[in-house]
Amino acid sequence: MHLAYPAVLAVLLFCTGLYGVLARRNAILVLMSVELMLNAVNLNLVAFDVWLRDTLHAGQALTLFTIAIAAAEIGIGLAIVLMVHRNRDTSDVDRLRDTAEPRPRLSAALGPTDPGADASGSGADDPEADDSDADDPDSDSSDPGRAAGEKAEATA
Amino acid sequence: MTTTTLAVLVPLLPFLAAAGGLLLGRTAPGFVRPLAVVPTLATLGLTVLVAVRQGGGAAIDAATRLTPTGSVPIDLALHLDGFAVLTAVLVALVACCVQIYSTAYLRDDPRYPSYAALVSLFTSAMLLVVYSGDLMVLLVGWEVMGICSYFLVGHYWETPEARAASLKAFLVTKLGDVPFLIGLFALAADAGTFRITGVLDAVAQGRLDHPTVVALLLLAGVAGKSAQFPLHTWLPDAMAGPTPVSALIHAATMVAAGVYVVARLLPVFAASAAALTVLAVLAAITMVGSGIAALAQDDIKRVLAYSTIGQLGYMTGALAVGDRGAALFHLLAHGAFKALLFLGAGVVIHAAGTNSLAAMSRMRGLNRRIPDAYWTMTIALLALAALPPFAGFFSKEAVLVAAEHTALGEPSAAGGQIPVGAGWIVLVSGLLTALLTAAYATRLWLLAFRGDGAEAADLHPALRPGRAEEAPARQPLAMTAVLWVLAVPSLAFGLAAPFLPDWFDGHRLTPTLTTAVLSTGVALVGALVTYATWRHTTALAARTPLGAVAAHPEAEPAVSEAEAIASHTPAYGDIAAAPDPADPGRLLLGPLHRPAAAGFHLDAVYSALFVRPVRAAASLVAFLDREVVESYVRGAGAGSRLLGWTVRRAQTGNVQTYLSVLLAGSTVLAVAAVVLAHVNAGS
Amino acid sequence: MTPLATATAATAPAATAPGFLSPTGVEIAFLLVGAVTLGAAVITVTTRQLVHAALWLVVALGGLAVEYLLLTAEFIAWVQVLIYVGSVVVLLLFGLMLTRAPIGRSPDADSGNRPVALAVAAAAAAALLWVVVDAFRTTWIDLGGPAQGSTRVSGEILFRHWVLPFEALSVLLLAALVGAIVLSRRNGDGDGDGDDAKDLKRQGPHRTAPGKDR
Repeated sequence: MHLAYPAVLAVLLFCTGLYGVLARRNAILVLMSVELMLNAVNLNLVAFDVWLRDTLHAGQALTLFTIAIAAAEIGIGLAIVLMVHRNRDTSDVDRLRDTAEPRPRLSAALGPTDPGADASGSGADDPEADDSDADDPDSDSSDPGRAAGEKAEATA
Repeated sequence: MTTTTLAVLVPLLPFLAAAGGLLLGRTAPGFVRPLAVVPTLATLGLTVLVAVRQGGGAAIDAATRLTPTGSVPIDLALHLDGFAVLTAVLVALVACCVQIYSTAYLRDDPRYPSYAALVSLFTSAMLLVVYSGDLMVLLVGWEVMGICSYFLVGHYWETPEARAASLKAFLVTKLGDVPFLIGLFALAADAGTFRITGVLDAVAQGRLDHPTVVALLLLAGVAGKSAQFPLHTWLPDAMAGPTPVSALIHAATMVAAGVYVVARLLPVFAASAAALTVLAVLAAITMVGSGIAALAQDDIKRVLAYSTIGQLGYMTGALAVGDRGAALFHLLAHGAFKALLFLGAGVVIHAAGTNSLAAMSRMRGLNRRIPDAYWTMTIALLALAALPPFAGFFSKEAVLVAAEHTALGEPSAAGGQIPVGAGWIVLVSGLLTALLTAAYATRLWLLAFRGDGAEAADLHPALRPGRAEEAPARQPLAMTAVLWVLAVPSLAFGLAAPFLPDWFDGHRLTPTLTTAVLSTGVALVGALVTYATWRHTTALAARTPLGAVAAHPEAEPAVSEAEAIASHTPAYGDIAAAPDPADPGRLLLGPLHRPAAAGFHLDAVYSALFVRPVRAAASLVAFLDREVVESYVRGAGAGSRLLGWTVRRAQTGNVQTYLSVLLAGSTVLAVAAVVLAHVNAGS
Repeated sequence: MTPLATATAATAPAATAPGFLSPTGVEIAFLLVGAVTLGAAVITVTTRQLVHAALWLVVALGGLAVEYLLLTAEFIAWVQVLIYVGSVVVLLLFGLMLTRAPIGRSPDADSGNRPVALAVAAAAAAALLWVVVDAFRTTWIDLGGPAQGSTRVSGEILFRHWVLPFEALSVLLLAALVGAIVLSRRNGDGDGDGDDAKDLKRQGPHRTAPGKDR
């Protein structure tokens, strides 16, 4: 059998998964796309192992390991998605934008001084940050500005 | 204790007093006065002891080297000869008088502790200059004096005059100090040592390669410190400081430092005929110009300041004709009577409540009011006018005799060839200055003590409601006593003339008949002409009432003085002159009066020559900085900020965007790597 | 091994320069299954129905299992079926349910990043295809000879040569298990307050167990 067939199939599967990771909105769909990418890699591993007739069968062993790691990854990933959904009531990755810069204004950038521009985005709603993260110790409750942002995002 | 140990203690004691005063001034105000007066008195005793032990014999040299200092070694060296020990006695005596006088004069001043400490520090620095045998150590004392002068002149820093004057004094003397420093380096480079004895040996052996350059450079520093033309302008303005400071710094000691240094290094100057001629011309211009200017001043202290410049001109004149004995003799005599004049002027200002001679000439009974100051100042003014048998007569005679000797071509004391022209210049200008000196001394005495009109300020009934019959309070004893102490040398120091040559270079300092008759004659002429003019003009005084009198008879005298200085310009329109038709100087000088009162507009010349170009350059630099350099700075800031703005916009927070960019980048990299590999494989 | 595979493996060495235009039976089967797999994958990443996406994923993963079989990697094929199709997809379906994913068409399944994603994926595909095809155009896999991927062979190599990584992997899975539990707990002190939602959520991490006991 031509090696090109499994290789090309792996490439196409991988790029399909890539497209899914980049384009999908729901976090679980993103995880599915990741699985596709992993499987493309697995196909490559198996094909090359068979072609090379490796005495140690490193390709197949590695495939097994990848499958195991993928299972672990999907477990952890789903746990994270669930927690995010519990906190935010959403699992859309493009709505999780807490690390975004506040929308900068060009005039502020070109003006002589803008002492308050950085503080205005995250520090404005500090007071309502108190009760937001009481129920999940794993979120970054040590960062009040971020917590406030999360809260604002969740209530928006 | 050996003489060396005593001599080391001399500058050290006031220094420790200064340090103690500065440290304890706030915490223990009770110790300030003893700490100011006692060490100075002890220093006086020590200097006298050192002088007696040295006894005019061979110079005592002692040196210790703390650490190697490169090619030219610097030693802590003492050089005690007759000049040094006698000058030290004068410095210590005047410092004592000033410290005692200041306890009364500034008795309520909140800044008295720092003032007294600075005076002590100043005394220490001056004594260091006097005793030092090493030019670098001398320079240390020299610069410490400069900074002390700056602080002390600015003592009344609330008044703009004092602030301006202190800055001016500092900058002008520093202007001279820079060439002085370069001159010292050049001298040390030629001689291979900073020790004065080594330098003088080098001169004697002719090892000095550039005597003229060195002498002229040193001369600049001396002109700055000793207030010689053209760097004299700071001294009249420095009268904005308290009177004791004027007495100590600007009459008796600091200005004498320049003369003293030239006397120490006279062989260096004598090795260059050009330097001596320049010195003579400067001395002549200084003498005559200051005499004329003194005749036009209205502020009593400015009269004395110009007179100081003139008398310093005599000393430099004596040095220009190579006779340092005469110069030091005049320095000692002048130090005594000029300190007395300044301290007396302080008493007068306190009693009159003004520093304006025009206002004093409209006061009756100032001489009865302050008899101590009246009599002692009379003595001092007679000494200043060089009438026999007062001290000034003998010392000025010594200068004129030396000038006459040089002018007649006789061999000089210093050994070098003194230009005959220098002798003539000094002799003629000295005689002319004698005339002028007598004239302004007479004018000062007449205007200050022979006034007519209302009662003196603190006797004025209007100013003392309900207490008109009371006898006015006498001036404090501390102030009047020192006047009499200083009056003794002013009166009798001339008697030392026959003995002084043992201490100095050894040639006689006694007067000769020709010069004595000549100078006394011109002095008498000057005095009489002034008296006649005064008789003529004094009738005008009643017609033009004048006066800005700030009388605080119960307050410390310094208060009166500070107010008088501050009110002079508003009252008379000028800090130096007053529009007083009754002033005999105005009639005597005629059209010269106006430029003379303004110090011949030298300040305006300086302003046009230096200040304005520097200001223009500064504003140009400021413009360039603001418009050109700063635009680069702003541009750099705005550029970074714009870049930051752009990059911030990329921070959307969307993970997928980040990941897209990341993967696109890695794709591009992979493609690039493959293409490169292909290209390399193909080539 | 399927009979088809053995047949092609026997005939393969005879064809010294096998061309793309004369595929063997195994190749035809591989291409057909590959097309189905790719189609299922594409539908998985493009469908607007979330549950359908999970189901199409089953098709894609199953297709891949068949491909493994065709490549004589028998054991891996069954592991693929067991873990991916059996547990991972079930987990994903649980996840979809627990996050209350809408049943039916959801209009916003794709984010605004779609054009960029398409461009990046297309570029990556073009680059990779070019490289892969350029490199392996004439490479031939000889599927004959002794079985390479049977359970016996896999077990031997796994427990003879790969024991240490295998055990390390078990530690990793344990860590993942613990991590999933910790992440899913509602509170730091959450000791069984009988919350239904919480219990449901806890099933997520528990479901990773099949991965462990493979």
